[in-house]
Amino acid sequence: MNDFLFYIIVALVKIVIIANMILITVSYLVYFERKISAWTQNRVGPNRVGYLGLLQPFADVLKLLLKEDIVPKVANKFIHSMAPFIALFVAFTTYAVIPFGPSITLWGKEIPLMMADVNIGILYVLALTSIGVYAITFAGWSSGSKYSLLGGIRSSAQMISYEISMGFSIAGVLIFSQSLRPMEIVIAQHGWMWNAVLQPVGFLTFVVAAFAETNRLPFDLPEAEPELVGGYHTEYSSMKFAAFFLAEYANMIIGSAMIVTLYLGGWQFPYVETFGFSPAVTIGLQVGAFFVKMGALLFFFIWVRWSIPRFRYDQLMNIGWKVMFPLSLLNLIWAAILAMIMK
Amino acid sequence: MSGTVPKKRLKDLSFWQKIYVPEIIKGLSQTLKQMFQPSFTMEYPEVKFDPPASYRGRPVLVQEENGIERCVACGLCSRVCPALAIEVQAGETEREKERYPEKFEINMLRCIFCGLCEEVCPEEAIVMSKDYEIVFTNRADALYGKDKLLTPIAKLQDRINFLRQYKG
Repeated sequence: MNDFLFYIIVALVKIVIIANMILITVSYLVYFERKISAWTQNRVGPNRVGYLGLLQPFADVLKLLLKEDIVPKVANKFIHSMAPFIALFVAFTTYAVIPFGPSITLWGKEIPLMMADVNIGILYVLALTSIGVYAITFAGWSSGSKYSLLGGIRSSAQMISYEISMGFSIAGVLIFSQSLRPMEIVIAQHGWMWNAVLQPVGFLTFVVAAFAETNRLPFDLPEAEPELVGGYHTEYSSMKFAAFFLAEYANMIIGSAMIVTLYLGGWQFPYVETFGFSPAVTIGLQVGAFFVKMGALLFFFIWVRWSIPRFRYDQLMNIGWKVMFPLSLLNLIWAAILAMIMK
Repeated sequence: MSGTVPKKRLKDLSFWQKIYVPEIIKGLSQTLKQMFQPSFTMEYPEVKFDPPASYRGRPVLVQEENGIERCVACGLCSRVCPALAIEVQAGETEREKERYPEKFEINMLRCIFCGLCEEVCPEEAIVMSKDYEIVFTNRADALYGKDKLLTPIAKLQDRINFLRQYKG
């Protein structure tokens, strides 16, 4: 009984920490998105609200809270209000299986530094991110606007073409880890045996697929402003719009956390065991390594957004089916051969 | 679908351009370089833009050193104004120039800053100033009378020199 209570409390503490971490990271991701866009365009960016504009994200949220919530007359009201919450739900539940550190021992009990050590963690992430597209498709369909509908359709078409190359790239990773458990995938990448080093092509296809999955430029066709006036969220306002916004950035964090876990060695700090630090410092360094890698990838996401123009729809399909899919298959064969040799 | 679309530019692209990744890296390095350039932003309320003499700001009436306006109320500016923003009413005085504007009003809601009034003025009496901070909170305040329009000549010397050099 005492054990049971202990694990419940630990789980609650982890939920609170991770949920708040996501929210704060999202708000500052928006801030950095604006700052980095400003720097690339030789501007200054937000610098009025608070020191260096650091309170800007909170001002934005407050503004959105005070806005009127408009639902179009022809909208399907139930689905229209449900869609943003599906998006949020997916964005927040996916973190549950991403390990951000090794197991720690507290009061004689082992606690993994992740919400749930699920043995099919990768499948769980794939399943949930596939639900994520429903949010966008529902939002597009239920708004009763042609622009939104086009955005929703594009999103599902994009999803189908990129989920496949994503799945095959992940298969290459699984050959090495022999497990779907995220913790074991990370442990399999000890030292410099990072999957990004072993299978660079798979890394590339997965990163591209991650960009497409998170609807970031150059694959942001569902919300292409010049063509679709904002796409699936054209008819959303107030907090429902904010929910989509939040989900988009939370998805970006998931995307980079997944890339780190699958390809960049997760929380592994190469050869940290040989430095001879105390266990606590080692774990601290490893957790730090995870967040540094994630931060670098998030910067990369933003950096790409402000550098590369959007793909045309047919180009997107061409790349998805004719380039990424064969490449990920090739990578799978390469991974299999490499695994045979290394055994 | 691609069967019907003619393929364009295939010959122009080299192999390295076709595989796309090196070009992406080029683009990314370009934006990265820009991130470390100084910014061009002028942070407005603290730093103010100092316009060159050719700048067409708010039209104003020139006031001589003795405090009298140059305007003789001929009404040409009012006549030429494409937005019908200027209203002039002439009056008589005992001074050397016998006419003066009893009322001179520019509706700043109408003014389009074209500078035609300045160009047509025979007395060099109405010129475009460097003032770009034009604020009012209701329509009545938008009518700028002589009190707001009269500006000492010392402040306008820059523009007058510019006009003498380039006008006509």
